[in-house]
Amino acid sequence: MNDRASRLLLLGSVFVIATCGLVYELIAGTIASYLLGDSVTQFSTVIGVYLSAMGAGSWLSKFIDRREGWIFVQVQLLIGLVGGGSAALLFLLFPVVSSFRVPLYGLIFLVGMLVGLEIPLLLRLLKDRIEFKDLVARVFTFDYIGALLASLLFPLVLVPHLGLVRSSFLFGMLNVAVGLMSSRLLIPPGPQRRLLSVSGFLLLGGLLAGFIASERLMAWSERSAYTDTVLYAKSSPYQRIVLTRNGADLRLHLNGNLQFSARDEYRYHEALVHPGLARLPEARSVLVLGGGDGLAVREILRYPSVDRVTLVDLDGDMTRLFRTQPLLTRLNGDSLNHPKVSVVNADAFTWYATNRQRFDFVVADFPDPSNFSLGKLYTTTFFQRVRSSLEPGGALVVQCTSPYVARKTFWCVNQTLRASGFNRTAPYHLYVPSFGEWGFILASDQPMEAPLRLPTGLRYLTGTTAPSLFEFPPDMDAVPVEVHRLNNQMLVRYFEEEWAQYVH
Amino acid sequence: MIPPLQPGSPTHGPRRTTRREFLGAATVGAAFGWAGCNAAPRFTGAIVGPDRALGHRLRDRDLPPPESSERHDVVILGGGIAGLAAARSLALRGLRDVVLLELEPETGGNSRSGINAVSAHPWGAHYLPLPGAQANEVRQLLAELGVVTGFDAQARPIYREEYLCHDPAERLFVHGRWQEGLIPQLGLDPGERDQVSAFLQRMEAFRHQSGADGRPAFAIPVDRSSQDPMLLDLDRITMARWMDREGFQAAPLRRYVNYCCRDDFGAGIDRVSAWAGIHYFAARSGVAANAPTHSVLTWPEGNGWLAARLREPVPAGQIRSGHAVFGIRHDDRGAEIDVFDAAKNRSLRIECRALIAAIPRFVYRRVHGLPPDPHLHYPPWMVANLTLDSRPESRGMPLCWDNVIDGSDGLGYVDAGHQSLFPHPRRTVLTYYRPLDSADPATARAEALKADWSHWCDLTLDDLSVAHPDLRRRIEHLDVQVWGHGMIAPAPGFIWGHRPAALTQREGVVYFAHSDMSGISLFEEAYTRGLHAADAVFQQLQTTA
Repeated sequence: MNDRASRLLLLGSVFVIATCGLVYELIAGTIASYLLGDSVTQFSTVIGVYLSAMGAGSWLSKFIDRREGWIFVQVQLLIGLVGGGSAALLFLLFPVVSSFRVPLYGLIFLVGMLVGLEIPLLLRLLKDRIEFKDLVARVFTFDYIGALLASLLFPLVLVPHLGLVRSSFLFGMLNVAVGLMSSRLLIPPGPQRRLLSVSGFLLLGGLLAGFIASERLMAWSERSAYTDTVLYAKSSPYQRIVLTRNGADLRLHLNGNLQFSARDEYRYHEALVHPGLARLPEARSVLVLGGGDGLAVREILRYPSVDRVTLVDLDGDMTRLFRTQPLLTRLNGDSLNHPKVSVVNADAFTWYATNRQRFDFVVADFPDPSNFSLGKLYTTTFFQRVRSSLEPGGALVVQCTSPYVARKTFWCVNQTLRASGFNRTAPYHLYVPSFGEWGFILASDQPMEAPLRLPTGLRYLTGTTAPSLFEFPPDMDAVPVEVHRLNNQMLVRYFEEEWAQYVH
Repeated sequence: MIPPLQPGSPTHGPRRTTRREFLGAATVGAAFGWAGCNAAPRFTGAIVGPDRALGHRLRDRDLPPPESSERHDVVILGGGIAGLAAARSLALRGLRDVVLLELEPETGGNSRSGINAVSAHPWGAHYLPLPGAQANEVRQLLAELGVVTGFDAQARPIYREEYLCHDPAERLFVHGRWQEGLIPQLGLDPGERDQVSAFLQRMEAFRHQSGADGRPAFAIPVDRSSQDPMLLDLDRITMARWMDREGFQAAPLRRYVNYCCRDDFGAGIDRVSAWAGIHYFAARSGVAANAPTHSVLTWPEGNGWLAARLREPVPAGQIRSGHAVFGIRHDDRGAEIDVFDAAKNRSLRIECRALIAAIPRFVYRRVHGLPPDPHLHYPPWMVANLTLDSRPESRGMPLCWDNVIDGSDGLGYVDAGHQSLFPHPRRTVLTYYRPLDSADPATARAEALKADWSHWCDLTLDDLSVAHPDLRRRIEHLDVQVWGHGMIAPAPGFIWGHRPAALTQREGVVYFAHSDMSGISLFEEAYTRGLHAADAVFQQLQTTA
């Protein structure tokens, strides 16, 4: 190869390094924005770290006295490895590390430093082949044009067509390919060059494998979001159902939200059912809204007086799972297959439109009001329908998220129950280790004065502990709130505000 | 403002994975959106609605002469809200010998609606503001229909909450994302912000203002507004002129007010009178025990719900659809009309003791052989109903009831699934509205009647794709309806100049009832006029019987 061609090739490698470097920087900035939010802060800090790292790399270059060509090629390969794998690595690390910013800025700094090292090295490599003023002019021209190309490619082609993970692998391969080519120019044939070639091709293969397997990598990262073994995962028309296992513990997640842990679910379900039902000695018919896991039904079936339990759950996949899987039927005592139990798969509002039955006790065990559709199931309109389906003297219990984390949300449900015509509400709470402090509200038209007759075999509630659930310490006590109606959805707004504060 | 990504808890709340899921969705969505632009339509649909052939035969008087005759006490022409209100009122008073003649296959007028496997959906009017103090008739109706369920200690009505527009009600697409509410908030400079709030304060002041005669400055029904000349003067200039005069120049504010005028009148701020423009903001003063003022009542099928309720007490045999009236003669004792029955392809003559003309005045004039009135403007509209297999993605505020794109030639869309308490988990119907006001009404109408289905699809999707690049691939079905004569547009000098003299309420035994007599096409106007026409007819029948 003649000198002119080799000069061009080396300058071309500046172009590739600049393009790749900026692509890695943009990928890191985008991932940080998606995962951490606040894109202005993320992009600003990512760019700052990247540029300062380039400065650090340039400064470090002065400590390299010998074998510039050898190091130049090695750094190229290293950029390919670190940069190319950066997106996948960040996604994989996100769910498992406690401080995501450490690997984020670490990776950006490493890539920036390596890129910063390359330009001075290249200047030194070419200083004898090109006049200095031309050299500087050309190197920086290619550098900046490369940056322009990257900044256009990224939003227009890479993100929409390849996605972040595959883009990063692709540019990693490009880095390595250019590294391999420059090794042919800068390093004389021999064991050194062979070593570089072998490692380069290995890297290329690894990055290609990553590129092809990126879909599976992402799926694996989703799995690793659950620290436990995933036993079952299915997307029903309504939600993503994931069941995990860790030793004796079984956990159910819907759309990534923990629904129960087998280790302590009895606390939640005993508290959900018994404070109300144990004061209704005449109760014969019970309605469960939501609760497709059958765990509340298991508690209800402890009362011999109850001869009819209707469970209305939207998701047929959920109830099927909890009727058929031995692991789960063992947990819910095969409650959903019990002759007293009938299971209906319908939206609760839709079901109420045609319902003519009346109930002594209604359990509303819906997901938290985290969006406007779920919010409708906590409105005055819905609670009024529930109220009109109660037998005289009947009661409703509602699961109401955490009164500690979401105090306004909790008391808003209370206000809404009052505004729906329930004369008596009795809020209570308990500690569920896997959830934290959790709250429920019992609502009825008349005071529930019958003595508490708890069934036998309970693991948490006793005649002594049950009354203490109704005591609220000052940090969870009532706050002034508005009534949640279809036309204001106050509850959803409180919930959003309070859980957002809790997480950040 | 609810952010689209909800950071959550490790327990019941949404958790961090949402950001990653969002990332995947956004990437896939962008790729599809890209490919979708050039794809041929994969959805079905048609132009539906008015029986144009019959309308044109009527216009060209190409109808056979009557071959039989009937006699009835009362004939009602037109099955829109005014006609249905009259028919309902007469039915509730026990009048049996009444016939309502409707040109279209369905009654409902501008409140007609449709239904498919996914949802009922409107074809026109889609909401009713909480009626204010002057709208006694409408408040009474809502109590009769069970929309009002009772009154609180301060005598404020308690509305049935499933009929109040559910939250979140409105959003605006501006600067590439959706904000909550229609009043522009994103990207305003302080000067613009000040003008927006000054304008709203001004409207609020008008809302509380009374004229020298002690009546409210702006009322619904319109004729119960103050006759104070200071206020009526506002009818002499356009809304744009008034805004110039008052220094309301900020572009985002003018776009917002222009949207409001086009939404209610089918014409923008440089065509409608300032009185009408201000009326939009200042006349809605209804209170409720369980909702703020400015709340609205709405249903998946829009005001089609109200039309259906008005129809309920009317005996089925009284309503004759597909009937085109082509001749009207009347004297002091009775009226005689010639009508063509499209289904039987023959005409008949009906004699009656009283006639309620609940049809637009331009139609009445044409049938009666009078020359057109140049002051009556009814701009054409197009409405599209888009049946989607899934809801479109949104940046910012999630899907609301009313969704408007800032600066668009359309008026955005209404989500028919919004009011449903049992919405389909994925599919929904969006109703897209667009007044055709870029040219004068006659030209726009001629062009609109020539356009084919694919033209309307392109027009709709070009507009909505700005906010929803992913919309095209979600559409299963897209039906279009073109309203040749939509609602009456209140040009300057119409409401308080030409109208009171020209749009009479009664000529002998002919009683007029239509919202164009108010100069503003509102349910309240049509209903009140229909009710009063029925009252007057009842009086006449009692005295002559």
